[in-house]
Formats: sequence, structure tokens, C-alpha cells
Amino acid sequence: MEYFNDHRRLYLTALALFVTLTLLVVIIPAISNQTNNGLLPGYELPSDEVVAGKALYIANGCVACHTQQVRDVAMDEVWAERPGMAADYAGNHRQDFWRNTATLMGTERTGPDLTTIGTRQPSRDWHLLHLYQPRAVVKESIMPAHPWLFEEKESLDLKDVEVTVPDEFKAHKNMKVVAKREALQLIAYLQSLKQIKIYNPSAVAKFLYKDEAKQGKEAGAAKNPGAKGQALYAQHCQSCHQSNGEGLKGAFPPLKGSPIVNDDNPELQITIIMRGYDAKPEYGVMPAVGTNANLNAEQISAIVNHERSSWGNKGRAIPPAEVQKIMDMIKNGK
Amino acid sequence: MIYQMTFLDAARAATVKTENLITAPGIVITLVLLFIPILIMVVLLLMKIRKLFAIKSAARLAGTNGDLLLSTTDGLLKNINQHAAVPFVSVKRKAQIRPYTDPKLASLILWFLISATFWLILGTTVGEYVGIKFVAPDVDHYEWLTFARLRPVHTNAVFWGWSSLGMIGLGYYVVPRVSNVPIHSTNAGWWTLLLINSSVLIGSLLLMAGINNGGGEFREYIWPVQLLFAIGLALTLNNFLKTVAKRTTKEIYVSNWYMVTAVIFAIVLTIVGYIPLWQDGLGETITQGYYMHQGVGMWFMLFSLGLVYYFLPQQLNKPIYSYSLGILAFWAQILFYTLIGTHHFVFSAIPWSLQTVAIIGSMGMVIPVVAGTTNFLMTFMGSWNKITNSYTLPFFLVGIVFYFTGSLQGTAEAFRYTNLMWHFTDFTVAHSHLTMYGIIAFLLWGCMYAVVPRLTRVEPPQLGVGLHFWAAFIGLMFYSISLMVGGTLRGYMWMDGKPFIDSVIMMAPFWLWRAIGGTLMWVSHLAFAYNLYRMIAFRHTVNDTMATEPEPEAATYEIATAKG
Repeated sequence: MEYFNDHRRLYLTALALFVTLTLLVVIIPAISNQTNNGLLPGYELPSDEVVAGKALYIANGCVACHTQQVRDVAMDEVWAERPGMAADYAGNHRQDFWRNTATLMGTERTGPDLTTIGTRQPSRDWHLLHLYQPRAVVKESIMPAHPWLFEEKESLDLKDVEVTVPDEFKAHKNMKVVAKREALQLIAYLQSLKQIKIYNPSAVAKFLYKDEAKQGKEAGAAKNPGAKGQALYAQHCQSCHQSNGEGLKGAFPPLKGSPIVNDDNPELQITIIMRGYDAKPEYGVMPAVGTNANLNAEQISAIVNHERSSWGNKGRAIPPAEVQKIMDMIKNGK
Repeated sequence: MIYQMTFLDAARAATVKTENLITAPGIVITLVLLFIPILIMVVLLLMKIRKLFAIKSAARLAGTNGDLLLSTTDGLLKNINQHAAVPFVSVKRKAQIRPYTDPKLASLILWFLISATFWLILGTTVGEYVGIKFVAPDVDHYEWLTFARLRPVHTNAVFWGWSSLGMIGLGYYVVPRVSNVPIHSTNAGWWTLLLINSSVLIGSLLLMAGINNGGGEFREYIWPVQLLFAIGLALTLNNFLKTVAKRTTKEIYVSNWYMVTAVIFAIVLTIVGYIPLWQDGLGETITQGYYMHQGVGMWFMLFSLGLVYYFLPQQLNKPIYSYSLGILAFWAQILFYTLIGTHHFVFSAIPWSLQTVAIIGSMGMVIPVVAGTTNFLMTFMGSWNKITNSYTLPFFLVGIVFYFTGSLQGTAEAFRYTNLMWHFTDFTVAHSHLTMYGIIAFLLWGCMYAVVPRLTRVEPPQLGVGLHFWAAFIGLMFYSISLMVGGTLRGYMWMDGKPFIDSVIMMAPFWLWRAIGGTLMWVSHLAFAYNLYRMIAFRHTVNDTMATEPEPEAATYEIATAKG
């Protein structure tokens, strides 16, 4: 070890080893990744509002709890149609002189992944209320409320976007809650989060680790469709219509006792799920949940039947075959 | 290359059955690793209880309360207990008076440790508050105090404020000591202290104001803020290097291998992490994986190991077991640790080959970890009885045990199957606390309790140290075990395709236990701060030569070093 009795030799050797490895595992792969990477066809340049919204997303540290990466493993299938790839992040560049690039992939999923939140939950009304007070829409949520993106006013101006907040979550009951520009920008950013469709399926990585045991389980679930319907309802419907089916006054309509849900003819109910709904001015706009989430007839049937048999509803059960027929009808433009 | 690709493809295509969860290698390893610190805790407790009985029976046998006054003038007997009553806590060995330390250097070191403790208290108060927000999300609605802005304030304050300042301060004690020369410049040290403190202060305020670098963990400070930190490091590096260059020993003691290299690497890291040339698109994430993990492994771990190579032998009063094992661990750590950053992004859009390299590197980490742990434990060998008589050694023992379990847990987490289950869950949070807290913080405390009494000649209150140790240890176990169990269940629910909100509801009790563990840890920090205050505020003097009692050895040493 004579060689290392010279401090210059010792520290330079260590430095050389470290720098070489650094080049090999970081700098060269990173440079090669950014040079051999490009935007996907169909990529839309973000609007100014979206850019401002992303800056707010970063400033408020949302990445601490929300990932934006869909891994090629089966458990991530709920977040998007396909696994993420390098090209999905190609549009991210350095923000400005002071701040680094932000791919916002994240390392923690304390809250849900947001890669496709623009597709999964496009409703601005939902996001407004949810940002103002998450627990007003999702009772069990632990997300922080963001009241500083809103202001309280006694009367509305013409351009004001009002948020219908249930009284119990208001600081002052006689005031109206109005979204500040920042809230609208942040929501514009969230609505812009979508996955670009790839039309050549062989170019897309498959989801790995499909659970063999689970297929058996799904067969078992067919015998117990109620549980499956409840889970699907929780995943796709509950954040607005709530687990008790009562919705939220002034924001999302109740399904409990709803004539549409209890109707013997399920056409309207299924059409709303597949195409969205904006017929009632007193409520928010419903997105095309079924189409956005790519639900199949069996899943729709499970959801519909869960709605028809819960909270005192006594609608007729709709078998998947009947759902399929209606879905085909909707698809063919009727 | 083609062979390699097909091999990888085959590995990718592998399917996993969930029913043999308990036999998955990653899980088995983790369970075993979890068992080790608990076992150590039980053994330490048993030793404590046995000692309590021994003292009682000894007092009974003696039938006296020690009315015999002992005193010596030849220095053969020290710390004579004149009032042998049955004590509430057993009396620990007092710190040995060490060779002369320049009062200027001593006060620099103390200020480093005081600043570090300030950031420990502040950073963990924020951490505790953030932990409470998991249980009570509506506890406040202020923009500057929102969860996601405070979380990086916590992580960065304990990284750059507490751990870094603590390490550098201790480094200022060790580097000149093992080089057998005075430090090159104390002024540079004061500048470092000022720069790093301002970096953390400004950085924390900016984060709360919503100004951050774009979300990569531990890279949240914008570059001008981190630049202050880097300049501080550069000054210290120059200072350490010049001190080592002037050394009067032929070899460079292994501590200085680790510590000086750690400072060099931390500077490299800052440069790589903050230069924008390779950070477009996914490049940012590739850099992030490297940056965040090398920050832990090449800065905190390497530096702290260097400290242990000095303080452990000193506290045990015997040489390190094997010098060459330390050197082997040094090179192996650099070789394997540098590769593993990407394991934070397994299954992501980062190139598969890079992910595989990271996983292999994680397996390679077994070599430096086992080498290091063996070395430390073999140094302990034959001196286990000293643990019960010392208030510093338990901290070292816990730090070393977590070095073994925490690091190997990292290896277990990198297996693809366990990664599948634990990634994105609170398991990762548990792991980072087991390592940054269980290893780094415990080792730093051990070192600080060893150094400060030598500088101020005041012992910490023993009850305070005991409270500190046990609250921190038990708190950490509560904290990490609840998050590990909860994280596993949550990952399992996700794999099962359960609705996301169900996994949030399921976590609630685990988050509560985490907050309870966190509170214990936080209380222990208050105890530590009090102990530090007692040691510093009531000092007789900062080591100005022999104020209270004659100390011939120190005087002769002083002359000897002046000559040599």
C-alpha cells in the first residue's frame, strides 16, 4: 500500500474511479437518452395556462405524493392504457434560468398516479372542489386542502368561477368561494395530463407480472359480481357520487333513488357512463367515464348492477350481453 | 450483447405467483434483517436489568453506603464514586481527558455541532408536523405550511443542516488528529459553517415560499442556494487536503481516506446534479436516481464510516480489527454504490440495461457492507462488557447494526419482485429512516458524545443520554416497523387491483403509529439538545490547559507534538 501513502495519488485514484463510473452510469446514458428521443406524433404544445399550471404543481410540491410514471407491470394498468416510455417525457425541458427540468415522475404514491388524470377525471368542477377541500369529495382523502388558490367574495363578478362548497367545509357560510386564476391554471395542467395513444401495439411494452393466480380469482369473482361492482364503482364513480350514492349537493347528483338508475330500460344510464352527461345546470359536467377508462361490457354491467342494487335502489339487473348491445348501439353513433 | 438481451427478455417475461409471498427472497431477507435490531434491543435491555440486580445485591452485601472516602493523587484511580447508593441509572465510564485541542478549533467544532443540533430540532419538528398531517390533514391551511412544501424542508434540513454540519464538525476534530498536525486553517471552517447554515436557511425559506428546483428529492434547493453549500464544501476540502498534506504520519489513516474522499465526491455530485447539459427529458430522472442515492452513499455513508474508523477504536481503547478490511470496503463501496442509483426507477421508462446494472450493483453492496460490519464487530469482540459501562458505545452498536440491516434491506428492495411490491409505498420512507437515522444519526450522536466532553470537560447528564438513546431507538422501531408492515400491505393491495382509496384507508392506523414513533424520536432530540447544552453551557473552559486538575500527560504530549 506504499502507493497510497501519497495523498495526491490516493485521492486522485478515488476521484478517477468515481468520475469514470459516473460517466458510465449517468452522464453518457442521460446524454444518449436525450439525443435519441423525440416527441410522439400527436403531442400538443402546452398552452400558457398549462405551463403556468405546471409551475404551480411544482411550487406546491405535488410530486411529493403523486407519481407521473406508469411502469410496465400489471399493477400499474389501472393508471393508463400502456406503460410510459422515454418519448412521453421528451417535451420536458429546463424550466428557466433558476430551475431544472421537471419530469415529475416522482418516487411515492401516497396519492394516485396522475399520468392520465386528464382522461380519468376531466371534470373541472370536481377538481375545483377537490382542490379547495379534498375531503368534501373524498371523505377519506388525506390530501392537503389548497384554499389559497381560492378567494371568498360576498357577490360574484361576471367572469368569476364559483365553487359550490358544502357549508360544513366553508370558512364563512354567507360568503361565496371563487377560484383564483391559479386554481384554474393548475386544473388546466391536470386536465392536460393524458397519455398519447400509440396506434402500433407492437411498439408498446407489455405490462409484466400478470398475476396467474388472479385469473382464477376473476373466475371466482363472476360468482360474486357484487364485490367486483363495488370495487369498480369505488374506482371510477365514487369520487363524485360518493360511497353512499348520495352525491354532493350542488355539485354531483345522487344515484340513490335516481329514476335513471332505477329505470327498467338501462339505455340512458349506460349512455351517460359511456358518453358523459351535461343536462342538469345545477350539477357539474360528467365526463365519459366508461370510454375514458376503456371499461368493457362485463365491467359496466357490474357497475350498473351495483348502482341498481345498493342504497335502497331496486332496479332490474342488467346482464353483460345486454350491456354489450347498448354499447354497440352507442358506438354506431346512435 | 445479443445473448445478454435474450437473457434480459427472459427475465422480463418471468411471471410471479403471489401466494408464495412469504418465501420470496426479498421478503425473507427483510424479515431476518428486521429481527436483528429487535434482538439487540432485547439483549441490551436484559443486560440493563441484570446490572440493576447486581448493583442491588452488591450494595446489600457491602451493607454500607460507602462511608469510606477514597482519594488518590497519582492519577491511577479516576472518577471515584464517593457516594455509593443504589443509583437509579448505573454509572457510566467518564470521558478520558484527551490531548490538547486548540481552543480556537474546539470552539469551531462546538459551533458546528450546535448548528447541526439546531437543524436537527428544526428539521425533525417539521418532520413530526408533516407526519401528523397524515393523520390530521386539516390541522392548518396555510400556504407556507402545506404538507408538500414542508416535506422537502424536513428532508433537506436534516440532510444538509443536521447530518452534514454534524459530520463536517466532527471531521474538523478527526482529520487533524489522525494526521498528527494542527488544522490548516480554522478560518476556512468558520466560512464553511456560515455558508452551509445560510444555504439551509435560505433554501428552507424558499421551499416554503414555493420556489424549488423542480421536484427531485434532495435536489429541491435551486442552484444558487446549493452553490453556497458547495463552496462551503470546497473550502473544507482544501482545508482537509492541506492538513493531510502536512501530516507527520507516513500512512494516511483510513478515516482520512473515507472522509476526504466523501467531501470530493459530494462536490462532484453537486456538479453532476446541477449542470443542465444532460438533464432534458428523462435525462433529468437518470441524473436524479444517481444524485439522490450517491448523496446518501458517497457523502453521508462514506464520511460517517470514516468517523467510525476513528471513534470506535478510540472508545474501545484498542486498534481497529483489520485495516485492510477497511480499505477493501472503501474501494468496493465506490465501485458498487456508484452503480445503484437507478434502482429507484425500476420498471420505469429508463433503459432496462441501466436498471439491471443498478440491481447488480445493489447485490454487490453486500461486499462493502459485510466487510465494514465484520470489521466493526470484530473490533468490539472481547470488549462487549464495555458497552454497559459506556454511554457512547450503545450508539455505535446501534449504528453498526443498522448499517448492516439497513444497507442489506436496500439490496433486498432492489430485487425486482420486492420492488414491485414496495416501490411507491411508505416502505421506502421506513428504509430511508432506518438508514439516515438508524445509521447516520446514531453514529453521529455516538461521536458527538465522545468529542464534546473532551472539549468542554463536562459530562452529559447520564439520565439525559439514556432518555435520548432509548427514545430514539424505540421510536425508530415503531416508526419503521409500522411503515414497513403498512407499506407491504399497501403494495399487496395495489397488486390485487383494489381501489386506491381503500389502500389510503388501510394505512391510517400505520400512519398513526408512525406519528407516535416520530414523537418519541422527536422527544429524544430534545433530550439530546439539552445534553449538549449541559455539556457546553456549564463548561469550565474550552480546553484551556488544565483548569481544574493537573494533567501531566497532556502537557508532555503538547511538548512532544510541538517538537515532532
